[in-house]
Amino acid sequence: MTKPILVFGYGNLSRGDDAVGPLLLAHLEQHADLSRVELLTDFQLQIEHALDLQNRELVIFVDAAVSGDSPFGFSRLAPRRDNSYTSHAMSPVALLQVFENITGEMAPPGFLLSIKTTSFELGDGLSASAEDHLRQACRFAERILALPARKILAAAEEYRETASHC
Amino acid sequence: MYEHLETAPNPAKLKRVVVDPVSRVEGHGKVTLLLDENNKVQQARLHIVEFRGFEKFIQGRPYWELPVLVQRLCGICPVSHHLAAAKAIDQLVGIDPADLPPAADKLRRLLHFGQVLQSHALHFFHLSSPDLLFGFESDIGKRNIIAVLGDYPDIGLQGVKLRKYGQEVIRMVSGKRVHGTGAIAGGMNKALSKEERDYLLEDIDRIVAWADASVDLIKKVHTANLPYYDDFATIRSNYLGLVKPNGALELYHGGIRAKNDNGETIVDHFDYCNYTDLIHEEVRSWSYMKFPYLTSIGKADGWYRVGPLARVNNCDFIDTPLAEAARVDFKQHSPEAMVHSTLAFHWARLIELLHCAESIKILLHDPDVMSSDLVAKGEKRYEGIGVIEAPRGTLFHHYQVDENDIVTKANLIVSTTSNNMGMNESVRQVAAEYLSGRELTEPLLNNLEVAIRAYDPCLSCATHAVGKMPLQLELLDAQGDMIDRLVRHGDGSFEH
Repeated sequence: MTKPILVFGYGNLSRGDDAVGPLLLAHLEQHADLSRVELLTDFQLQIEHALDLQNRELVIFVDAAVSGDSPFGFSRLAPRRDNSYTSHAMSPVALLQVFENITGEMAPPGFLLSIKTTSFELGDGLSASAEDHLRQACRFAERILALPARKILAAAEEYRETASHC
Repeated sequence: MYEHLETAPNPAKLKRVVVDPVSRVEGHGKVTLLLDENNKVQQARLHIVEFRGFEKFIQGRPYWELPVLVQRLCGICPVSHHLAAAKAIDQLVGIDPADLPPAADKLRRLLHFGQVLQSHALHFFHLSSPDLLFGFESDIGKRNIIAVLGDYPDIGLQGVKLRKYGQEVIRMVSGKRVHGTGAIAGGMNKALSKEERDYLLEDIDRIVAWADASVDLIKKVHTANLPYYDDFATIRSNYLGLVKPNGALELYHGGIRAKNDNGETIVDHFDYCNYTDLIHEEVRSWSYMKFPYLTSIGKADGWYRVGPLARVNNCDFIDTPLAEAARVDFKQHSPEAMVHSTLAFHWARLIELLHCAESIKILLHDPDVMSSDLVAKGEKRYEGIGVIEAPRGTLFHHYQVDENDIVTKANLIVSTTSNNMGMNESVRQVAAEYLSGRELTEPLLNNLEVAIRAYDPCLSCATHAVGKMPLQLELLDAQGDMIDRLVRHGDGSFEH
């Protein structure tokens, strides 16, 4: 039975701050109620991951980000054809678009939890700032996953307003 | 051939065009062209602009960590590194390939076939089919998988599902999609359960049929565009790869065979544990990627190509019936003993994809994949070498350990490194034959990328982050001043 919420954290554990996506999932595995949440991880988003979006009420992508001022961001995603397909890795919005192309159905509501990061050297651990940002993002993820799926959209709006007043 | 275009005699007086990074390849590379006042190409190079430091990453670790650790070297073919490392550490625990329990050998092969199948599917359907179906110089908005899904929905969906199936094979054999611990020193961690085997069997006939149809598709595309497809980016080269003892195509374990451009054997059934006697690597100042060559032939003419084209060229036959029929058909299209067309990499790749699908079906019907006899033990050694045929070509892992089982020395030759000279020569061929003297545009420059993409290079970093994948194309005049600039941002938007 497919669980209604998918949290997809992607990145490379041995590439410094690129690990924040998988590490957030490792945290949730220990601290969140996963009865209705599936955790999925990979190095990068790939085209076949569109099939993992089937029968979901909600999808949250978790990734390292190098832009933005906040420790982490949480935003609603709309399916979009962008040029990320020109690399081996896809963007979340392109993946949502591929889902709609191959199924003919509306993509489930998608969100991006992006964690501010700085360093990606092979063999390095997390930078101090990424560790702090990850900790904050973990607390946020735990909080929203405790909400009913339909309230997460409202939580995203609330987060955006809060962030804009910081 | 085109080596005269590697270094221009008076570069300061030439216009410089940069394609950075090359798109739809893994990792970060760039192409630079130097043009004279008539837009004639005087120099063309593919540069690798990231130093990876794999060896440093591995040294100092206990050897048993390696099969998991090395998966993180590459986000695209982690299973290839996993298996090459496993073969090397087998030797560290005193196990040679012939000593591996049959169940472990077959499970590793199953894992590898799943990996090659998904990698080849990704490359053809996702990364190359837009060029091949819509044209190399078609509108950039068309050259993507989403357009393929729109105009060729059946083909696009088959590509997605082939890729997914390969990933499911990996998940069932290793327990996870990524970071799995399928292979361990001397064997495998787990067998397939009956439920896992039956789950994979459910779709295998459809997968074989789709793989077979994909070979028909690429044959149709290739032969419909002759002689162009046989000329574009085409170079003559030596070819290197593993073969079975009977000369059949081999992806997991065998001896090294190298042939020259006329199909004459240079070495055959060469023990890869002696690879340092066979291959040397040359360093050139303008690229982080080395240039390997066959020592017996020398730097100038000893470079070689690896990967699907090399393997299908080199083998005497393929031991699965549909792929063998496709191989015979493939070879017949060329008047020569070896197929040199760079675009034929795609055709050879899909023959291998079909071979993988057929081989997965055979292995799933073999009861050994559910056996519990999975690990062999032997006497400790201090050096181990593992070589496999990764999707992109021959992959070498070589380790030395101390008395505390800590890795003191590591050497890796990744597939794409072996194709370094081949890719550069193909870039120069396209630059000289198709671009030289013309006004350069983005669609025209895509020809360079098409040539590189045929090799499916993994210029890997396995790192990504939002906002980290820009493409910048600059056109500078003879004084080095920028005339024009096009930037593609990480979110896919363009700035001109």
